[in-house]
Amino acid sequence: MPSDAPSAHAGALDPAQSAAVSAAIERLRDLPGALLPILHAVQAELGFVPPAAHEPIAAALNLSRADVHGVVTFYHDFRSAPPGEHVLKVCRAEACQAMGCAQLERHVEQRTGVAKLHGTTADGKLTVEPVYCLGNCALSPSVQLDGRVFGRVTPARLDALLAAAQRGAKGGRS
Amino acid sequence: MTVTVYVPRDSAALSMGADEVVDAIVKEAAARKQTVQLVRNGSRGMLWLEPLVEVQTDTGRVAYGPVTAADVPALFDAGFLNGGDHSLAHGPTEQIPYFAKQQRFTMCRVGVTDPLDLAAYEAHGGLEGLRKALAMAPAAIVEEVVASGLRGRGGAGFPAGIKWRTVLGAQADQKYVACNADEGDSGTFSDRMLMEGDPYCLLEGMAIAGLAVGATQGYVYLRSEYPDAQLMLSTAIARARAAGWLGDDVLGSGKAFDVHLRMGAGSYVCGEETAMLESLEGKRGVVRAKPPLPALVGLFGKPTVVNNVMTLAAVPRILADGGAAYAALGVGRSKGTLPFQLAGNLKHGGLVELPFGATLRTLLFEFGGGSASGRPLRAVQVGGPLGSYLPESQWDTPLDYEAFAAVGGLVGHGGIVAFDDTVDMRAQARYAMEFCAVESCGKCTPCRIGSTRGVEVIDKMRGKERDRQEALLRDLCTTLKDASLCAMGGLTPLPVLSALDHFAEDFAAD
Ligand SMILES: Cc1cc2nc3c(=O)[nH]c(=O)nc-3n(C[C@H](O)[C@H](O)[C@H](O)COP(=O)(O)O)c2cc1C
Ligand code: SF4
Ligand code: FES
Repeated sequence: MPSDAPSAHAGALDPAQSAAVSAAIERLRDLPGALLPILHAVQAELGFVPPAAHEPIAAALNLSRADVHGVVTFYHDFRSAPPGEHVLKVCRAEACQAMGCAQLERHVEQRTGVAKLHGTTADGKLTVEPVYCLGNCALSPSVQLDGRVFGRVTPARLDALLAAAQRGAKGGRS
Repeated sequence: MTVTVYVPRDSAALSMGADEVVDAIVKEAAARKQTVQLVRNGSRGMLWLEPLVEVQTDTGRVAYGPVTAADVPALFDAGFLNGGDHSLAHGPTEQIPYFAKQQRFTMCRVGVTDPLDLAAYEAHGGLEGLRKALAMAPAAIVEEVVASGLRGRGGAGFPAGIKWRTVLGAQADQKYVACNADEGDSGTFSDRMLMEGDPYCLLEGMAIAGLAVGATQGYVYLRSEYPDAQLMLSTAIARARAAGWLGDDVLGSGKAFDVHLRMGAGSYVCGEETAMLESLEGKRGVVRAKPPLPALVGLFGKPTVVNNVMTLAAVPRILADGGAAYAALGVGRSKGTLPFQLAGNLKHGGLVELPFGATLRTLLFEFGGGSASGRPLRAVQVGGPLGSYLPESQWDTPLDYEAFAAVGGLVGHGGIVAFDDTVDMRAQARYAMEFCAVESCGKCTPCRIGSTRGVEVIDKMRGKERDRQEALLRDLCTTLKDASLCAMGGLTPLPVLSALDHFAEDFAAD
C-alpha cells in the first residue's frame, strides 16, 4: 500500500532540474491525462522526480500539490530521490520463485548490502528495486539491469552482469 | 547468394543474448565473405530455445537454438546457412512438435514476420479483417464478434461482443477504445509477445473495435516493465499512421481512428479496468465502484470499450474468417483458442496456443516437458497471482473457464506456473497475502489492512497456536472475499486457501 506521508520538505530545483521539468511540462501538458506522461518524462531525464517539481507540475495542470504528491507516491516506479549509477530490478514474482529467485535475492542482499531489495549501495553505484514480473517467466529467474532484461540469472551470471555494467560508464534506460 | 537469417528481437530472446548473436553472425559472415540478410522477427514462442536462429532454405525455414554468440563460428563451419547439421539444429521450425501441435490463430504471425514491416503484415493476412469491417455496419461488426463467442482474455472472461453492444448503444459525442496491456500476472507474457512480435495486429483489432462502437480514439495502457514492447508499439503506431492505416482517413474510408500509447508506472492494481482508467486520466490507480460500467461511463467519463490485448488481437481474424469459424474451436462456452503461457519450473517454457479444452497435464508434460529441475512437479498456479494452486489430482481438468471455476480455480490470462517438490506452500500462501498488501489500491479495509494481518497470521500458524490461527486465516479470507470492491482483495483467498486445503502438510505445527 503506497504511503500517504506528507512530502519531505522540498528543496529548490537546481537550474538543470528546473529546465528538465519545464521542458516536460511544455511538451506534454496538453495531453489528456498529462500527469503520468510528465512524471515519466521528468524521471527519464533526471532519474527521479524531485519533490520540488510537484509544485510547477501541479500549477501547469491546475492540480493541487497534494494531488501530484499523491500520484507520485501511489506508483512504485516514481522515485523521490536520485538513483545510483545503475539500476537493478530483481523479479520476485511466482514464476521466478519457482526457479529460485529467493537465493538470488539473498545473493543480491549480501553482495550489495541493500536490505529487502530496496535501496542504493553506500557508494551510490547501484540502486536495487523489487519488481513483480518482467514478462520473462519462461526463462526465470529474471532481472532488469538499466532497462535491459536478463533471463536464467544465476548468482554467478548476476555478478558478471554487474561487473560488466560497472566497467561500462553510465547505465542506459531504467 | 544472400541468405535470410532470422534472429528474434523479442525481449525473451534479448534476455538470452539475441543481440550478441546478431553481432557475431554479422562479424562471422563478413570474415567469410558471405552475405546474409538479417530479419529481426518476433519469437516463435519456444522460449527455452531462445535465441532461436532460423535460416531460410529452399525447403523452408530451419531452426537452431539456443544459440549463443560463442556458437556462431561453429554454426558457420557446419554450413548452417544451407541448413547444415549441428548439435543445435532442430530441422524445419514448423515441424518441431511443440510448434506443430499448436493451433496458431491470434499469434499466427508472431515469429514469422518482421513485426514492423507493413508489407509483410499485409502479405500474411493483415488488414483483411479491417477491410471487411470498413464495409460493414457497426452493428454487424458487433454481431460478428458476438457470434464468435470471444470472451475477454484479461481475466474475467466477459463476452467481448456483449460489451461492445453496450458501448455501441450508448449516446455520446466521444467514445474510446482502451486496450489493457498492463499484463501484471506473473507467468504471463502473451500480450508482450504479440505487441513485440505483431503490433499491427493489436492496432487493427482496436480500429475494428472503434468502427464497431463508434469510437475514434484508442488508448493502449502498457506496463512500464515492458520497454521493448513500448519501442515496438510506438514505432508501429507511427508507421501505421504514416501509411494511412490509422488517422483521420483509415485506409481511405473517410472514417477516423487513432491510437495513443500511455505507460503505466509499476502498479499491479492498475490492470483492474477502472483503476486503469483512473491512471490513464492521470490519477492514482484507485478502483472505481461499478456501476456505472466503463462501457457507459469510462475514460474521461465517456463510453469506453476496455479489452485485453489478446481479446483485441483475436478480432482481425474473427472478422476475416467469420465469427462462426472461431466459435467452432474450443469447448462449451469457452470458444476459440487461448495462447497459454508455460512458465516457472518447466523444461520447455513458452507460448502454446490451443483451442480451449486441453488438460493442464497435456500442457505441463506434452508441451512443457516436465520440470526444469528434473524433480517431480508438485503445485501449479494457473491464472496469475490471484489464481489457485492446483495439486496433481486436478491436473486433468480441461482448461476452460467453467471447468476451472468448478474446481475453484481460474483460467485468467492463461498463465501456468509450475513448481517442483521443493516448493514450500506456506511461503506461497504468505507471498499471496504480501503481494496483496504491496499492491492494494487502499480503498477497502479488508484488502488494505487484512492482507498485512494475513501475513502475520500465517507466520503465527505454528506450535500450539496453529489451529487457532488457521481459523483466523479462514475468517480473514471470508472477509476478503465478501467485502472487497475488486478481485485484488476478492480473489487473494484463492491462492491462500488452495495452498492450505491441498497442501496442508506444509502448514504443520512444527
Ligand atoms: C487486480 C486486477 C488486475 C488485473 N490486471 C489485468 C491486466 O493486467 N490485464 C488485463 O487485461 N486485465 C486485467 N484485469 C482484468 C480487468 O479488470 C478487465 O476485466 C479486463 O481488462 C477487461 O478486458 P477483457 O474483457 O478483454 O478481458 C485485472 C483485474 C484485477 C482485479
Ligand atoms: S479490493 Fe483492494 S485493490 Fe480492490 S478496490 Fe478494494 S482495496 Fe482496492
Ligand atoms: S515472474 Fe519473474 S519474470 Fe515473470
